[in-house]
Amino acid sequence: MSGVGGGAGWAESGGRGRTDGWGAWDRRSDERDGRARQTGRHESPSRQTDGRTPPARQAGGREAPNGHAERREPETGRAPAADVRGRCVDVPGREGGTAHGGASPGGPVAAPARPAAGARADAALLGFARALRAAGVDASAERVHAFLRAVDVLRTGVRADVYWAGRLTLCGGRDDLERYERVFAACFGDAAPAGRTVTAPRPPRLRLVAREGPVPRTVARNGERPLPPAAALASSAEVLRHRDVAGLDAAERDQLRRLLAAFALRGEVRRTARRRPARRGEVDPHRTVRELLQRGGEPARLLRHTRADRPRRVVVLVDVSGSMAPYADALLRFAHAAARGSRTEVFTVGTRLTRVTRELSHRDVDLAMAALAAAVPDWRGGTRLGELLREFLDRWGQRGMARGAVVVMLSDGWERGDPELLGAQMRRLHRLAHRVIWANPRKARPGYAPLAAGMAAALPSVDAFVEGHSLAALERLAAVVRGAAPAPVEGADRA
Amino acid sequence: MRARLEETGYLVDDGLATACFLALRLHRPIFCEGDAGVGKTALASALAGALDAPLIRLQCHEGIDASQALYDWDFPRQLLHLRAAEATGVKDADRLEGELYDRRFLVSRPLLKALETQPSVLLVDEIDRADDEFEAFLLELLSEFSVTIPELGTLRAEVPPVVVLTSNRTREVHDALKRRCLYHWFDHPGFARELAIVRRRLPAVSARLAEQVTTLVQALRSQDLLKPPGVAETIDWARALDALGANEVDAELAVATLGSVLKYREDTERARGLDLAAVLAARGA
Repeated sequence: MSGVGGGAGWAESGGRGRTDGWGAWDRRSDERDGRARQTGRHESPSRQTDGRTPPARQAGGREAPNGHAERREPETGRAPAADVRGRCVDVPGREGGTAHGGASPGGPVAAPARPAAGARADAALLGFARALRAAGVDASAERVHAFLRAVDVLRTGVRADVYWAGRLTLCGGRDDLERYERVFAACFGDAAPAGRTVTAPRPPRLRLVAREGPVPRTVARNGERPLPPAAALASSAEVLRHRDVAGLDAAERDQLRRLLAAFALRGEVRRTARRRPARRGEVDPHRTVRELLQRGGEPARLLRHTRADRPRRVVVLVDVSGSMAPYADALLRFAHAAARGSRTEVFTVGTRLTRVTRELSHRDVDLAMAALAAAVPDWRGGTRLGELLREFLDRWGQRGMARGAVVVMLSDGWERGDPELLGAQMRRLHRLAHRVIWANPRKARPGYAPLAAGMAAALPSVDAFVEGHSLAALERLAAVVRGAAPAPVEGADRA
Repeated sequence: MRARLEETGYLVDDGLATACFLALRLHRPIFCEGDAGVGKTALASALAGALDAPLIRLQCHEGIDASQALYDWDFPRQLLHLRAAEATGVKDADRLEGELYDRRFLVSRPLLKALETQPSVLLVDEIDRADDEFEAFLLELLSEFSVTIPELGTLRAEVPPVVVLTSNRTREVHDALKRRCLYHWFDHPGFARELAIVRRRLPAVSARLAEQVTTLVQALRSQDLLKPPGVAETIDWARALDALGANEVDAELAVATLGSVLKYREDTERARGLDLAAVLAARGA
């Protein structure tokens, strides 16, 4: 009696406004339940016992959905029944016992008995699901269960059917499809399945190989003077707040991380179509009449409601290219703290665009960073802001993610590609988004001027241009996202 | 299944046919994602046609709530009933209360209607536009095919409706919801398939025109456009050209009617710069 829908519907329809008579109400609704249960039983006998068979049968003459679904489609003209089962079984053997631990308790009995073969085929399918999970597809137990049921319903032996059954049940998003193709090919052989293969969503495959090696930990690049380590030892939280993230040593970084974890990033609020009960506002007919009914039809006081407010969606694009390397970790931790709110989306930008919202949804920040490190292929590579921004807008932004949102770009604006393209895409973004905020860690450097070609091209379409080099700067960024006017910037807030 | 869908004029590929088959057999909703205009919504109406079941559509929007999607009490009628009871002097308060929350005072909104209509096809369109809270409403409905109404109890569908959910991916739909569904990604169709779709949907249009329009759209799609045209736009374009009485299209006519395919100024500019005549010629049309 307390299902999800019930409870919520309850609150919706005016329970909140009532101050008296809970007890009476409960009693009443209990009675009503009793009655409903009786009628329910009257209307639908044998619900519990036989599940869904009777209705299908009873649908009789005209074919109910269940009825004609019984037919196996003979006319599909699929790939000839290349029996996968044989190959399926080979797979676990090749991959060794680890993946398929307890799956074949009977040992290597060559019994052609049906159940044994079925179990082995299942084991192969489970192994496949496991491989998928390893590849990063979120194939939960429930999905796997659905997968097995689906395969069972379809023709088990037919490769294309197994392919589609898995793709339909195990994948949960477009990003999964590419991985699915790969793992499927690895597990069940290479021949392309009967269906069309997924065209990868125009990912810029061109991957600049990042030089992994000698990126110095405390950055002495770009002409910044390395800070003397002695000063760092004395740093308190307050001093740390204003220090450039790039110049911190390990202990300070640790402390910074703890401070970053306490962050919250809420979008500016806006009014929604949703209404909430309120003291003043328009009359809420629903609740008013409901209360009126409770009082036996006597005119009662008018209840009112008003529009609810809701924070806007925040979209954070973090530049993880080489030039941002000293800041990337801190900024991503900042993004992690920000992504705890449900309406924040996080992407990383470098040579590829990667959506990392899901990776960052781990509560534990270190787990999240590990997941993220695995998911982002382009650490410390080049920057192709324009192209990736276009990809973001094509795949997500224009459909609605950026519409009315607060978009935060955390980047130094060093564009290797065509600045003209970046400018055009920024204009496009600006038209879609409620506000575009660019946080540039390099902005705090004395004598900084937005001369980097990309930055200069982007600036006309940026609503607020802030810093992002220190904790204090990030705090201010959060305030700007919340709707504060960007503080007049003077580069002199470094400790 | 496939033949049935095709009878309604909706062409399916292997994946989609499998999805529909599984949806019917396993009673799982189909969760459709893909670009706009690739036939996500049309799938639901095709299914409805194929199963000869009514299509019940719920268009999601921001702020949609249970009283708009699920059910609502018919307050005016309840009041009337109350007044009538008073006038006739009914004194039995308990009975009166029982009557007030009777099924006949319950207004079915799309979701409840879908449970009560058997068989039926339920289309929950653009689920990503609704708030996340709304997804929670759907959970019980989609896994149990039942609805709990506090005053009445749990209503359950005898024959679960076939459910199609569509999303444009403006936000990630919650995993709890996706997990209960079959996921299908709609891609843009290839040339042969798209041509077949146009021919099927617009039998009146000449074969040559259909082929040319499809060629052009495929060429446009391979361009780098802000909004690549979907199949819906192809059909629109062919229809528009047909309305102009054209039996075949040349570059000039194509440019004049670009407005039915491309909806952004930048895209139109770009297409103008394209040598449409050459595209047509290359196809040997």
